[in-house]
Amino acid sequence: MRNSFAALALFAACVAASCGSSAKQNAAAITGGDPDRGAHHIARYGCGSCHAIPGISGAHGLVGPPLAGIGRRLYVGGSLPNEPANLEHWVRDPHSVNEKTVMPNLGVTARDATDIAAYLYSLK
Amino acid sequence: MRCTTLAILTASALSAQQSAVDAAGSYAAAIRSLGTFFLILLGLIFLIVIALALIPLTRRHRGIEQEPLEQTHQPSHGTETRLGTMVGIATAVTILILFGLVVASVSVGKSIAGPSTHANSIAVEITGNQWWWYVRYANLDPSRIVVTANELHIPVGRPVMIRGSSNDVIHSFWVPNLQGKRDLIPSRITTLWLQADRPGRYRGQCAEFCGLQHAHMALWVVAEPAVQFESWMTHQIEPSVAPSSPDEQRGKEVFLNSGCVLCHAIQGTPANGQVGPDLTHFASRMTLAAGTLPNNKGNLSGWIADPQTIKPGTKMATVPVKSEDMQPLIDYLESLR
Ligand code: HEC
Ligand code: HEC
Ligand SMILES: [Cu+2]
Repeated sequence: MRNSFAALALFAACVAASCGSSAKQNAAAITGGDPDRGAHHIARYGCGSCHAIPGISGAHGLVGPPLAGIGRRLYVGGSLPNEPANLEHWVRDPHSVNEKTVMPNLGVTARDATDIAAYLYSLK
Repeated sequence: MRCTTLAILTASALSAQQSAVDAAGSYAAAIRSLGTFFLILLGLIFLIVIALALIPLTRRHRGIEQEPLEQTHQPSHGTETRLGTMVGIATAVTILILFGLVVASVSVGKSIAGPSTHANSIAVEITGNQWWWYVRYANLDPSRIVVTANELHIPVGRPVMIRGSSNDVIHSFWVPNLQGKRDLIPSRITTLWLQADRPGRYRGQCAEFCGLQHAHMALWVVAEPAVQFESWMTHQIEPSVAPSSPDEQRGKEVFLNSGCVLCHAIQGTPANGQVGPDLTHFASRMTLAAGTLPNNKGNLSGWIADPQTIKPGTKMATVPVKSEDMQPLIDYLESLR
């Protein structure tokens, strides 16, 4: 009984782990960015002070929407069709999409935006 | 995975910047040596006591059945005096050792109390606030007084006298790499001497529970070679830089026309609030809100929009800033090098 439970837990952990890494691989394939580097950039630019972002330490902000499951949304920023180029465009220059948004232009470089998009699309 | 490892590595690298055993100056080194001395001496005594306690266990057992009980438990007169002498010796040795420890602590206490001569030293006032540090470099010439917050720059190799006080409750100033703790007490001045013998960034932390955000009350000490320190100082004496673009100019107006001025000062502008940290050279600081967040535009905008989520209970009010004013405001504040 105990053993089978442990085996089950191990199985679940393996599924979860492979699932996580395949989500990362998919996100990397879709965007051409590196999700791990993306996580680092998200912390470095300070996105977490406004957004709750799973996997980023201290990212519990309430100013903007939580970014979990962003890959399943249909529109980015409520107006652009949700695809990598648009997400990157939003992250780099949100005012060009919605001039009144409080989300600032943080000077994110094109390269960093691609990595950030890769990380965001890997979130469940 | 790689990211987690990186995070752990960064965390441990950061923690080395706040360590009582990694002394960066003679005061902290004296405290560390005292600690090591206590550890070794008391460790040895502990081992000896344990060994003595183990000896009777290893002795061969004299069977109770061979000797009547009364006999075993009635020591002879000789044994009695022998035991008495041993207890006497043990007590004397204990007193001697304790006395030695007192002498060691007192002499270390004296050696960390300050330098023999005050020549070449500088003085800094530090005032604890819930939950940030007000820092002021005193100077006889009022135009050379520097006021900043949450970051203390000191020249390497020179003694620094900290004159501490508090505006509200008791706080405690503690930079483990440089010195022991000193309480900051309302309406009283306590002093403490710091000295860094090698350049570096050392993290300090409030060490006296002072309310909700006590854990988010950190301070960085930046110890720099004399030349760098002087140029830092020269720059801090200057008023704030003027906006260099229409966007920054707009940000300055937003700041001056909103509630920010009630609490914050920016030298060179009419803003002269005294409730919160001076922002004259805000962008030159490493952190935001007493070490709570790294200082960058993203964190700054989140902090201004919603300080109470980032640091619940903080004395900074949530000031309604129009969404389209956020960008110029942070561009202006991050230009205040
Ligand atoms: C000042 C706070 C603030 C900061 C800092 C901030 N954002 Fe935002 N963000 C917002 C707000 C508010 C919205 C919602 C805007 C809208 O929909 O018009 C938003 C929207 C978004 C969206 C779209 C979400 C959706 O569901 O459509 C993404 C993606 C995003 N931000 C990513 C980031 C990234 C990446 C960073 C860091 C580089 C960042 N944000 C920094 C406030 C912020
Ligand atoms: C009611 C007084 C008050 C008002 C109004 C106020 N602040 Fe603050 N502010 C504070 C206090 C107090 C702190 C220190 C908070 C802490 O660390 O807990 C602070 C911290 C800050 C910091 C971080 C400083 C540092 O070096 O860590 C910035 C930047 C800041 N405020 C900007 C603003 C701006 C911009 C506004 C206007 C939109 C504003 N504040 C309005 C009281 C205020
Ligand atoms: Cu405290």
